Amino acid sequence: MPFTHRHMLGLEGISREELFYLLDTAKSFKEISERNIKKVPTLQGKTVVALFYEASTRTRTSFEIAAKRMSADFVSLSSSTSSVTKGETLLDTARNLAAMRPDAIVIRHFVSGAPHFLAARLECPIINAGDGAHEHPTQAILDLLTIRERKGRLSGLTVAIIGDILHSRVARSNVFALNALGASVRFVGPPTLLAPELRAWGDVTHDLHEGVRDADVIMMLRIQLERQGKNFFPTVDEYSRYFCLTERAVALAKPDVIIMHPGPLNRGVEIASDVADGPYSVIMDQVTNGIAVRMAVLYLLINRSREAELETETHAQTAAEVEAATPRLRRRAG
Amino acid sequence: MMATNERVVMDAQAIERALTRVAHEVLEHNKGTEGLALVGIRSRGVHLAERLRDKIQAIEGVAVPTGIMDITLYRDDLSRSKQQPVVKGTQIRFAIEDKHVVLVDDVLYTGRSVRAALDALMDFGRPLQVQLVVLIDRGHRELPIRADYVGKNLPTAITESVQVRLKESDGRDEVVIARAEER
Repeated sequence: MPFTHRHMLGLEGISREELFYLLDTAKSFKEISERNIKKVPTLQGKTVVALFYEASTRTRTSFEIAAKRMSADFVSLSSSTSSVTKGETLLDTARNLAAMRPDAIVIRHFVSGAPHFLAARLECPIINAGDGAHEHPTQAILDLLTIRERKGRLSGLTVAIIGDILHSRVARSNVFALNALGASVRFVGPPTLLAPELRAWGDVTHDLHEGVRDADVIMMLRIQLERQGKNFFPTVDEYSRYFCLTERAVALAKPDVIIMHPGPLNRGVEIASDVADGPYSVIMDQVTNGIAVRMAVLYLLINRSREAELETETHAQTAAEVEAATPRLRRRAG
Repeated sequence: MMATNERVVMDAQAIERALTRVAHEVLEHNKGTEGLALVGIRSRGVHLAERLRDKIQAIEGVAVPTGIMDITLYRDDLSRSKQQPVVKGTQIRFAIEDKHVVLVDDVLYTGRSVRAALDALMDFGRPLQVQLVVLIDRGHRELPIRADYVGKNLPTAITESVQVRLKESDGRDEVVIARAEER
């Protein structure tokens, strides 16, 4: 089953078949980045606009390289250097950008649901590059691609997700996808960084050693120090005493465990340096795979088939439907 | 998909004989296997390239490097296609610099696939020469492109469709021509 959505907003409710289609497409794009000439003409004459309301190096660079390797033009705006500082609303900014006829808009915003808000109002495909504490779909897809490369499968694996799950859009997107693909998930963190509704999606533990025991995959999350104004734990030192991933903890996992981190790393806070740089770490693979995943998403959204276009027109994914899928919780992260 | 008005124009034996002849022609034209490489265009060109490689090996005792090319990302009709084509990737694990590269495809029709394949190939380097093998040439070119080696020339009407079926992907070897119901 091909991927026929107009936007890439999140992975909640995505089917197994759609995920595999995305992963297979991404896998076939990897080879382009290994060529001497790292460019294919597929998106020649297409324009991708990136609108970032939050700091980012990895994700924005990754989208930019992905777009350029597909021969698309890439224009990047950050809130600090645009008319956002003059008080322009998100919708006005986006409407103006849409009037310049881009073929896709990549958006990162600190408010959950901001990409959905735009998707309901603009014609142009919207790609969510992280919205508040809600979703970060391309990050989860690149995580899945990395796991599948190393393990050869996704179903039946035990994945321990450790850290600031409450604030993590990476965790949310991953949980939706891992559940759809039949992996079992364990959440590990202090009670203040776990949400009660997590039990519907996996096991919950507050003990790091219990959490990593016999895990196939350890997925570390960044402690979002900038969002720690509300005292979710007493001190960073105390947090790392209990939840920093060290060699000793890794030894409890399966011998062929892989360790992932979406970056940026807080070395010595959530992950020990020797673990981050050690033999189990696939963190750099994640970064490499990110390019292929974003190439695939841009390709699939911009080159939607005529059949899919017609389908959208007839029983439309209307503004109201997109609105309905917008997360009700419009919590401003942090 | 299975049209009732289809007619078999090549059976397994005819395909086999045509490929054997083409293998000899490729060797004759290139004076052996020196600097020779095969690249099959997905999907059925890949199987044909592998069969040619095996035949060349049987004749000369040399396995020539053989690659796989996915031209989806180089097509000029992506936004016009009814269904989104699946990208399966290119695998050319040898340097094509200064090689005699033989592209292999099942059907030569408008020439647009070959145009895309040539562009894709050039992104991998500068081959000394590029040649083209097709099992079927059905005419109706839209670009100035021709094949160097042809299994069978098949005059067709534009309303007809030609399907190459191969054991590796379709369970049997045959080429059929059918009046297309719908395109």
